[in-house]
Amino acid sequence: MTKAALQALLSHWWRNPVQLFTLLAGLALATALWSGVQAVNAEARASYDAAAATLGEGQYDRLVRRDGQPMAQETYITLRRAGWLVSPVLQGRLDGVRIVGVEPLTAPAGIGPITPAQGADIGSFLTGQGQLFANAETAAQLPDLDVIIAAETALGAAITDIGVAQRLLGKVGQIDSLIVLPRQPLGRPDLAQIAPDLLLQPAQGGSDIARLTDSFHLNLTAFGLLSFAVGIFIVNGAIGLAFEQRRPVVRTMRALGLPLRRLIVLMAAELMIFALIAGIIGVALGYVIAALLLPDVAATLRGLYGADVSGTLQLRPSWWLSGLAIALGGTAIAASGALYQMTKMPLLAAAQPRALAMAAGQRAKTQGAIAAALLVVSAILMFTADGLIGGFALLATLLIGAALALPIILSGILAAMNRSARSVTAQWFWADTRQQLPGLSLALMALLLAMAANVGVSTMVSSFRVTFTDFLDQRLASEVYVRTSDAAQSAALLDYAASRADAILPIQSADTQVAGQPTEVFGARDHATYRDFWVFLQNAEGAWDTTFAGETVLINEQLSRRAGLVVGDTVTLQDSSFAVAGVYGDYGNPIGQVVMSEAIFTTLYPDISPQNFGVRMPPADVADFVADLEAQTGIPATQTVDQASIKAISLAIFERTFTVTTALNVLTLAVAGFAILMSLLTLASMRVPQLAPAWAMGMTRNQLGRLELLRAVMLALLTALVALPLGLALAWALLAVVNVAAFGWRLPMYLFPADYARLAVFALLAAGLAALWPARRLARTPPADLLKVFSNER
Amino acid sequence: MKQEVQMLLSVQDIHKTYQTADGPFEVLRGVDLTLAAGETLALTGESGSGKSTLLHLIGGLDASDRGQIWLQGQDIAALDDNGRAALRRGTVGVVFQQFNLIPSLKVADNIAFQARLSEQYDPKWAAELADRMGLGPHLNKYPEQLSGGQQQRVAIARTLAPKPRLVLADEPTGNLDETTAATVMDLMLELVSEAGAGLLMVTHSAALAGRMSRRLHLRAGQVA
Repeated sequence: MTKAALQALLSHWWRNPVQLFTLLAGLALATALWSGVQAVNAEARASYDAAAATLGEGQYDRLVRRDGQPMAQETYITLRRAGWLVSPVLQGRLDGVRIVGVEPLTAPAGIGPITPAQGADIGSFLTGQGQLFANAETAAQLPDLDVIIAAETALGAAITDIGVAQRLLGKVGQIDSLIVLPRQPLGRPDLAQIAPDLLLQPAQGGSDIARLTDSFHLNLTAFGLLSFAVGIFIVNGAIGLAFEQRRPVVRTMRALGLPLRRLIVLMAAELMIFALIAGIIGVALGYVIAALLLPDVAATLRGLYGADVSGTLQLRPSWWLSGLAIALGGTAIAASGALYQMTKMPLLAAAQPRALAMAAGQRAKTQGAIAAALLVVSAILMFTADGLIGGFALLATLLIGAALALPIILSGILAAMNRSARSVTAQWFWADTRQQLPGLSLALMALLLAMAANVGVSTMVSSFRVTFTDFLDQRLASEVYVRTSDAAQSAALLDYAASRADAILPIQSADTQVAGQPTEVFGARDHATYRDFWVFLQNAEGAWDTTFAGETVLINEQLSRRAGLVVGDTVTLQDSSFAVAGVYGDYGNPIGQVVMSEAIFTTLYPDISPQNFGVRMPPADVADFVADLEAQTGIPATQTVDQASIKAISLAIFERTFTVTTALNVLTLAVAGFAILMSLLTLASMRVPQLAPAWAMGMTRNQLGRLELLRAVMLALLTALVALPLGLALAWALLAVVNVAAFGWRLPMYLFPADYARLAVFALLAAGLAALWPARRLARTPPADLLKVFSNER
Repeated sequence: MKQEVQMLLSVQDIHKTYQTADGPFEVLRGVDLTLAAGETLALTGESGSGKSTLLHLIGGLDASDRGQIWLQGQDIAALDDNGRAALRRGTVGVVFQQFNLIPSLKVADNIAFQARLSEQYDPKWAAELADRMGLGPHLNKYPEQLSGGQQQRVAIARTLAPKPRLVLADEPTGNLDETTAATVMDLMLELVSEAGAGLLMVTHSAALAGRMSRRLHLRAGQVA
C-alpha cells in the first residue's frame, strides 16, 4: 500500500517538473541566503575566538606596568617566589606576524594550541631554534622558522616559547604582561608590597574585538533572518500551491482506501526528503555566497575594527548541520499549515480552486485580524520597547503584520481601481487581477519583505556612514597623530613640534569603572579644537569651560544610557566627584568614556604619561612635518598617521561595507523575483480556464499575454509603495531601538530618496522579468487547449 | 440485532443530516434496503433525494448519523476512519461520475492502483480487465490523453481490479454519450456478473435502471 501511494504522490512531481524545480529552488535559495550569512558570521567569530584563545584576551586577569612599559623578567620571578601563580607573555611583530611568547609550563590551559597531541616536540619547543605554532596562512610568512601548522591559531599570530620570542623580537629579558591564573594560593602578599609598579587588569569576559564587531554581526544576522523569512514565504507558497494542485488526487486516494494518517506521513516524508536535498544544495550555494562575500567582510572588519578575519572559508560541521536544520525546520513550518488543513479536509469536499478558498470567508478575515493585532502590538512597542528582546519583537510584529496585511491592502486598492474603471477591458483586468491575488499573495509578501529589508538596511548603513563621517571629522580633528614608544621619544616630539605645530594635544587615558560600567577616562588639554569640533547630544551651558576648569566632566552616550546618567548628575572617579556637564555621541565604541581636563587627569592618574599625541597644523605642512620627524627625533614614520589617510581609509572601508550590503540586497531581491516567477508558473495551468472565456469573447492571446505582464509589474509597484514606509519603519526600529539596546548608542536616521527610487526600479524589473516567461507561455497557448475549457470532456 | 446473513448488504433505518446555510437539512430519513451477492440494484430519484449520500454512506466515504449498514456481516456505521478506509480498499469499489483518475499516473498504473493499495494486485487479472475494456493500446498514456469514455473505462477497471464484493457506481455514464455509455455499461455488468459481486448504481437513466435486476426509488430521503 505504501509503495503504491508513494509512487502516486511522486508521480505528480515527475509530471510537473517545473513545480518541483520551483519548490526545490525556493527552499535551496532560502537556505543559501541564511547559511551564507551565517557562514560569514561564523567564520568571523571563529577568527575572534581563535584570537582570544591564542592571546588569552579578556579571559584572565593580567598584570601590566602602570606606565604601559615592558617589565623585567625579575619581576616575574619575584612574584612566583612570593606565591603568585602568574605566567609571562611577550608580544611583538616579526615580518608582519604577531609573535606571542608564552611559557607553556605555567600558562593556563586554553592559551594557544600548544599540546603534545598535535605533534609538538616540547623539547624542541623549549630549546634550540624553537618551534612556533601558526595557521597555514601565517606560517607561509615565516619561511625560515620551524613552524607547526595549527589551524585554530589566530590569523596573523604565531605562538612560541617566551625565550624564543624574546630572541626573535630582540627583547631579551622583557615581559609585556603576566597572566594571573584563576586559582591563587591563600596568604600570598599584596601586589602593592612586592610589585607596586604593576596594575591588575580584570578579565573582561570576552575579547574587545568580539564586542566591537557585534554591531556589524548583529546587522548581518538580522539580514540573514529577513532573507530566511523571505525564503520561508517562498517555500510556503510553493508547498501551499503544490498541496492545492494535488488536493483532488489526495481526495481520490483517500476515497480508494488510503488511510489519512498514512497519507500525511507519506506527504511529510516526501517533503522532508525534498527539504534535505534542497538543504544540501542550499548549504552548498550558501558556501559560494559566503566565499564571495567573505573577502569584503574580512576587509571591512579589519579596516573598521582592526579585527583579523581569515579571507578563506572553512567547512564547519556545525554550519552544515545548522543549514540543513533550517531547511528542514523551514519546510516543516511551511508544510504544517497545509498538512493540518488536509486533516480537516472532508473526504467528499470538492476540489475548490485556491482563489475561492482564500478570497473570501473566514480565512481572509482571520488573516486580517491577525495582521491588525500584530500591527497594533508593533505600534505599542515603538513607544515602549526597551531592550534587545523588545526591539526584535517590534521588528517581528511589524514585518509579519505588514506582510499579512498586504493582500488585504492590495485587494482594497484593486477593488477601488475596478470601481473607477471605464472600459470593459479595464474592468475585466482589475477584477481578474483581484482574483489572482490569493495565488500571488505569498510571492508578493516575499517581495514586500525583501524590499523592506533593502530599504531598512540601506537606510541604516547609509545613516551610519553619514554619522560616522561626521564623527570622524569630530574625532580626527588633528592633522597628524604620533605614537611614541617611551618618555624620551615623547620629550623629543614635544621639543620638535613646539616650533612647527599650532598645538600639541596629548591623548592619555586610564581604564576604570563608573557606576559598574567599564569606562575609559581621558584627559584633554584646553584647546579650541574640542570646542570647535565636538558635538553634544545634551549639555549644560559652558560645558567645555567648566570641564577644562576641572569642575565637571563629559561622558559619552553609552555611559549615559547604561548608567542612567544625565547632565547634572555626579560621577565618582578615584574618590573625587564631578558633575556631568555634557553627553556626546561616540559611535562604534563599546564601552563608556569620560573626558576631563588634563590637569585633573594628571592628579588622579599620576602614573600615566601620554604616548599618543594629536598635532594641529596647517594641512599643507603635514608632509614636511612627518618627513623631518624621523630625521630629527628618531620617531619612525610608521608611528605617524595623518588625518587625511585615516579618513580615506575609513571611507574605503565603508565602500566595502556597501559592497556586502549591496550584494545581500541584490540576492534578496533576486529571491523575491524568483518567488514571483515560481507563483506565476504554478498558476499558469490554472489560468487557462480563467482566460479562455476572455479569448472566446474576442481578446487575442497576445493581448492576454501583455496584460499578464502588466499585472505582475503593477502588483510589484503597489507592493513597492507599501514596502517603502515599512522599510523606513524597519530602519527606525533598527537605529532607535535595537542599536540602542545592543550597543548603547543611537544613530540619527537620514533618508536617501534616490536609493529608494532605484530599488523600486529594480523591483519592477525583477517582477517584469519574472512575468516574462509565464506571459509568453500564455500568449502561445494553443487554441485547442483554450477550447478544451468549453469541452464536456475536460 | 439479528442480521440477514445471506445478504451482501443490509441497510437499516439510515439517517443523515447536513448543516447548511439555511440550517440543518435531513437528506436521508430512515432508508432501508438489501442487496444479495450477484444482484444489481438501480437507485433512482430526483436531484437532492439522497441517492449519492446513501451511496457514500454504504461506501464508507461518509458516516451516518443513525442506523446500521451491514456489509458482509460487518456494521460499517460502527467503523472508525481507518476501518472505513480498509473497507474502501478491499471490499467496496466505487465508480465516480467524474472518473477521479490520478492524472500523473499512466493508465496501467491507474488500473493497478487500488489493487496495489489493498495488496490484492493480480497482474494477469489487471491485464485481462484492460484488454476487455479495450484499453490495451492506451496503457502507457496519461488520463488527459484519453477521451471521456476511455477514462471511465479506466476507472471501472481500477474499481474491479481488487475484485471487490460490492461495486458502487454514482452515475458512471453521466458524462458520456449514449453509445459510449451503453458500451461501458455492458462491460461493467458483464464483469460484475462474472465476479459474483453486487452492484448498486445511482442513475437518472430509466434505460440503465431497466437493465438492473432491481430498482429502488428515493424521494425526499425515503424509499418511495
